[in-house]
This record gives sequence, C-alpha cells and structure tokens, in this order.
Amino acid sequence: MFGYEFYIDPSRCIGCRSCLQACEECETHRGNSMINFDFIERRESITSAAYVCWHCDEPTCAQVCPADAIKKDEDGIVHSSLKPRCIACSNCVLACPFGIPKMMEPEQQMMKCDMCYDRTSVGKRPMCATVCPSQALAYVRPEEIARRREKPTNIFYFGQQKITTKVFIMAPAQRDAIALDVVDYMWEEQHEMAATEHQQNSA
Amino acid sequence: MKWQQRNTSRTAPSEPLWKEEFSVRTADERYVTRRQLTKFLVLTSFGMFVGNLWILLRSMFSKTPSYPQQTVARLGEIPVGGVKLFTYPTRDDHCILVRTSENEHVSYSQKCTHLSCAVYYSRMDNRLECPCHKGFFSIADGSVLQGPPSRPLPKIILESRGGELVAVDIKTS
Repeated sequence: MFGYEFYIDPSRCIGCRSCLQACEECETHRGNSMINFDFIERRESITSAAYVCWHCDEPTCAQVCPADAIKKDEDGIVHSSLKPRCIACSNCVLACPFGIPKMMEPEQQMMKCDMCYDRTSVGKRPMCATVCPSQALAYVRPEEIARRREKPTNIFYFGQQKITTKVFIMAPAQRDAIALDVVDYMWEEQHEMAATEHQQNSA
Repeated sequence: MKWQQRNTSRTAPSEPLWKEEFSVRTADERYVTRRQLTKFLVLTSFGMFVGNLWILLRSMFSKTPSYPQQTVARLGEIPVGGVKLFTYPTRDDHCILVRTSENEHVSYSQKCTHLSCAVYYSRMDNRLECPCHKGFFSIADGSVLQGPPSRPLPKIILESRGGELVAVDIKTS
C-alpha cells in the first residue's frame, strides 16, 4: 500500500516489547496485543522474535473458516473475523501455520493483526513499525530495505505446503525461501539429548 | 446482472463451487446491492397483492356449494351408542354417524381438522377422538374439547324421511 511493504527481521529483535505496547494502544482492540512475541531457545539465550501476521496470498485461516468470517481485502490484508459471523470455533487458530490468530474468549471472536488497517490504508505506518527501535519490524519502501545485508523473501515451505505472503521476512542472502518442517521441532528435547551425547562421545 | 456473473479470473475451474461462492477475497464476493434488494421487495409485495386480490375476487364470485341428498342409514339400523361409517358427498369424504340416544343421530366428517386423521367415537367418554394427537371433539356440536385441532368438525345435516336418514348438507363453521 502506498509503495510500502512490511519487513520482519527477527535477528534484529532486542526483546523490548515496544511493539506489544504500541499494538495495545489501538482503539479496536485496546489492551490486547496482536503481536506474536516469542523467545527462541528460552533456556539458553535471550533471543526473542516479534512478528505480525504474514497476510498469506492464500490464507489458510480464511480457507478453514466454516462461517466465512475471515476475509482478504483488495489491499491484501487478512482481517480479523467479522464479528456477526465468527462462531469462535478456533479452526483458524489451529490451522494457521504461523500461529497468528488469537481467540478472544471474552468477546468470543477471533482477532488478529490487520497491519493497522485504519492507519496503513491512509498511508500511515503500522503502530509496531513506528515504535520498533531496531527496525526488526519495518514498514518501508523496497529500495530502502535493499540496502540491508539480508534479502527479503516471502516464500515459506511448511513440509509440503508452500505459502507466499504479503509480509516479507529477512532471510540470509543466499536463501530464496524459508523451509520449515514442523515435525523436526516436535522432539526438540530428544534432539538435544542426542546432541549432548554426540558431544560427549566426540570429546 | 453484474453480481450474477461468475468471476473466474482468480479461481481455477477445478475449484469447487463453494470456494467460488464463498471466496475468501472481499473483491470476489457477490454482493446484492440496495437497489436490487428494493426491487426484489417491491416486486414480491406486488405479487403478493395481486395474489390476494385474485383470492378475494374468486371468493366474491363463488357460489355456495350445494350438496346431493344421500340415504345413509335406516332408522333403527344401528343400536344406541353404535356408529356407522359412510362417505358423503363424494366417495373420498369419510363420515361418521353416531346414534347418541333413542331418537337422536349426529354425523360428522371423519377427518380431523388438525392433520386429517380419522376420528372415532368413544362411547365411554361420549366424544369423538382423534388417535393421532389426542384431539377430542364434542359429540353435541363437533367443537374442539382438547388437543391441537383449531376448528370444529364439519357437521353433516341429517333429515329423517320415511324411516330413513338422509344427508342433505354440510355445515362448516
């Protein structure tokens, strides 16, 4: 929109949670942050990652919605569920490969990041991108992001599923796509044990 | 009309129809405009008005139906408290004749006014009963005593002529 694109670089995230606070200020969901904030390897490091909805070209959340409540608009934004239609079944919450949709239990409605549509649709930047001090969440023109060392990509592989998104992630320059096999991360503890054994054996 | 045209630009023909009709994209949704809804409402109400007018005119010019005379039973054929089934005015209209006392016969259509089950005479309670939904009718005038029926049973008017009972008319209320 207006020549701007959203770029997420988790390697720049310093875990300050400014984006969460800024997101909570929004009047449409005051007090509830729509940012997904995770610690990576919480036990070993303080590395954190904040990310917003990726606004898939073929949004899985909308495709699994039995009530036709989730819509992708002309600007490519996947919006929160329509209040009169949402039946709070959590299908979208379970289906989204990125874990973005949030079930708001008091409202009985799914809400998610809509890239501050009230702001971006009139040319302003989203709340999170305006406050991010390290520009891990950046809403800039493509030529500005081209100056960075990392290369933006919007192609993800989740096992067999290929997903292209509106929001870009900053990937290592030699990578064209991000490939994840969720099954690999399901037995993380066992992997770690195996790695420790391997280290002990080699030592 | 524009909203009826299928937008096939985005969805491949192999996609199921529901995906096309309930597209996740706002741009592909087929909205009914306010003008189309208004048009629909106006035309539908006009159709209803014309239909009601037709019913009104037909009832104004319709004649009161006349029923044939038909001998249904001989006097003394059935005992007191006994019943006889017959059809009147056509072979498909089943009726029930009850001898309530020595000199008194009453007859009603056997079709329950609720859902057309056949009513029968209960001698113990002296009333007509519909077994389907327990609708009870008075034997005196066919009015509803209990149950779902909303209208009384049509009464067959009987005349006694020379030792025979003759059905002459049907009274509905």
